[in-house]
Amino acid sequence: MVYFDNAASTRALPEVAEKFTQVLLSAYANPSSGSRLGMEAENIIKKSAQTLARLINAQSYEEIYFTSGGTESNNLAVFGTAKGYHRSGKHIITTQIEHPAITLPFKALEEDGYEVQFLPVDEKGYVNIDDLKNAIRSDTILVSIILINNEIGTVQDVESIGKAIKDANPNTIYHVDAVQAFGKYKIDVRKCNIDLLSASGHKFNAPKGLGMLYMKNRLKVKPIMYGGGQQKGQRPGTENAAGAAALALAAEESYKFLTESTKKVMEIKKYLAEGILNSIEDTFINGEEIDKASPYVLNMVFKNLRSPVLLNALEDKEIFASAGSACNSKKKVQSSVLGAIGTQEDDIVGSLRFSFTRFNTMEEADICLEALKELVPMLRRFHRKR
Amino acid sequence: MIEKVLIVKYGEIAMRGNNRRLFVTKLVESIRRNIDSEGNFYVVREQGRLIVEDRGGEMDFDRIIPKVICVLGILGVCPGIKLTDQSMDNICKRALGHMQKFYGDKPTTFKVVTKRSNKQYPLLSNEVSAEVGGYILENMPNLTVDIHNPQETVFVELRNEAYIYSKFIKGFGGLPYGSSGKGVSLLSGGIDSPVATFMMAKRGVEVSGVYFHSPPYTSERAKQKVIDLAKIISQYTGGFKLYVVPFTELQLYLLENVPEDKLTIFLKRSMMRAAEKIAENEHAMALITGDSIGQVASQTMQGINAINAVCKMPVLRPLAGMDKQEIVDIARRIGTFDTSIQPYEDCCTIFVAKHPETKPKTSVIDKIEYKLTQLPDFLEKALENTEVIEL
Repeated sequence: MVYFDNAASTRALPEVAEKFTQVLLSAYANPSSGSRLGMEAENIIKKSAQTLARLINAQSYEEIYFTSGGTESNNLAVFGTAKGYHRSGKHIITTQIEHPAITLPFKALEEDGYEVQFLPVDEKGYVNIDDLKNAIRSDTILVSIILINNEIGTVQDVESIGKAIKDANPNTIYHVDAVQAFGKYKIDVRKCNIDLLSASGHKFNAPKGLGMLYMKNRLKVKPIMYGGGQQKGQRPGTENAAGAAALALAAEESYKFLTESTKKVMEIKKYLAEGILNSIEDTFINGEEIDKASPYVLNMVFKNLRSPVLLNALEDKEIFASAGSACNSKKKVQSSVLGAIGTQEDDIVGSLRFSFTRFNTMEEADICLEALKELVPMLRRFHRKR
Repeated sequence: MIEKVLIVKYGEIAMRGNNRRLFVTKLVESIRRNIDSEGNFYVVREQGRLIVEDRGGEMDFDRIIPKVICVLGILGVCPGIKLTDQSMDNICKRALGHMQKFYGDKPTTFKVVTKRSNKQYPLLSNEVSAEVGGYILENMPNLTVDIHNPQETVFVELRNEAYIYSKFIKGFGGLPYGSSGKGVSLLSGGIDSPVATFMMAKRGVEVSGVYFHSPPYTSERAKQKVIDLAKIISQYTGGFKLYVVPFTELQLYLLENVPEDKLTIFLKRSMMRAAEKIAENEHAMALITGDSIGQVASQTMQGINAINAVCKMPVLRPLAGMDKQEIVDIARRIGTFDTSIQPYEDCCTIFVAKHPETKPKTSVIDKIEYKLTQLPDFLEKALENTEVIEL
């Protein structure tokens, strides 16, 4: 089996699964209870938060909040900021290539009377920093930027963007959606002036249902759920010690191998991408060039083909990839990210995303390439324009 | 002792002379199949009725009624009570209890109707009705009697036991499943074909399904969707056999050898041939399709004519005269709609032309098909590799 759909989700690491089970079975008391057993769980959570804080260079472990995943982190960041800062203004800015977990909260706020601006991107998927700077006003309370795009892998220059935002309005809150980046890309929240940062466990070999939100000290972000006051009331609900431990361990493992992973995965991506470009006619890459985009994501157009058909044929050979983004394969809507970078409608239909982890191999890339060489010409023979 | 029972009424089959026993037996079997796993139930035959009793304790109507109401051939069910003690005193008290439970203090008009199958009973029907009605009226000031146009009718049935009920919950009617012989239904995964399958099952036809799978052009999820639809239908039929015919090679052969605008006609002719072969092996006597006249290009009178020309078996088209909305309404009622509208492509739509032929001539189609010398081989191969899924 060749699994090239790691931007959708990854397999949990065996040692992470083991850690998760171990904590479930031993430190099962409520972390908020005063007992010794509860303290044990609390300590696990604290240690996990310390690890995560260190990995993104946060000031303190108290800036780490555990959530149910990327979607919740993003929602908390957007709605929480809107609720906490609406007196300072109702202008919020994001881009046209965000994940729906950002786009839809922004649209919901628009309905509530917020002024929402979706900044366009160029054909490679980059936001123009000068445009962003000019868009920021005295009443702009939030800018949300996706660090690595989930569909095309474009990496935004979050450091320059952070500087630009704070130059234009030091009070504007800066949120970075790092769901595809955390664990695969070095992030320094203080250097980049980041106020809020979302991450999701299952994108870097932790279990699903685990996420984190970095929230800089002394922000007035309001909670979006209310309950027993856990996590300083910002994200109530009994804390998940096993989840926190699993998240921290998976993150630590990812960053331990970051340099070699990046190099290895880039080789795989390069081999596959160049192989496709050189041996299959009418193919091209969506977005940024191979080595300037994230090594973990490759989005390619196979002209005169429909991606579901190619995906089914690949699946038959035990090769798993996805069309654009896995989150919208069940709907008939086409990728808005590819639309935003100016990919033609006919080409969006033929777009495939291959996404990798450090556990993928060159042999797998080779199997995938050979399968594509065989399938694409065969399937194109029967392609009929609709 | 009071016992909550479900009184099952069957309409049409009660009239069927010599076959009645057979039909009632089928009906009892179907009901049993649906409720056996739920507890210790008995299905007792009374004249013109079936009585479902819960021997495990008090019957939970909310749980049991949905399991019984979906059985085909049932006109409707009435939640009621059974009395062994048939004294007037007891009947009055229980009838009052029943009314209080269902109508509480809601102002309602009612009347009492008595059926006296037990001719030994000391009082006449009207006398029983008057007595029971009077007793209820005395004890429930919110009720008034209206003989001609009551909102609720309380039935008292005096048989071997006495039964009291007032609510009637409508079923699907029809004939007991499997009492009319076998048919094979072509399932695409759309809205229409499951409805057509259900409608024939409702008339007692034992149905099997055929689905044409064209990987990689149709996905595993499209196949799963058809399996899910078949599962929904199997709730009514108590089981379902689904044939999955691999059609990719045949379809591609057609694609390369016939005019684009007539492709669907040729494809559907091949499907009918395959389905007919399966039907012959199943000892079925008819094919079933979800065609509705004029709905799509291949469902014009001319299209149906050209497609139908290849089969000898009768092709039942229960939706032929229905509008889309009518079909959708039934699909919603039988619970297939939400599954049907999942957006996975079926084999009929993947290569469909922009402007397909709407008035094909059978003679022209025949002539082109005559030249498709390899078509029978592809058909045979597809049938050889057919997968059978028992649901």
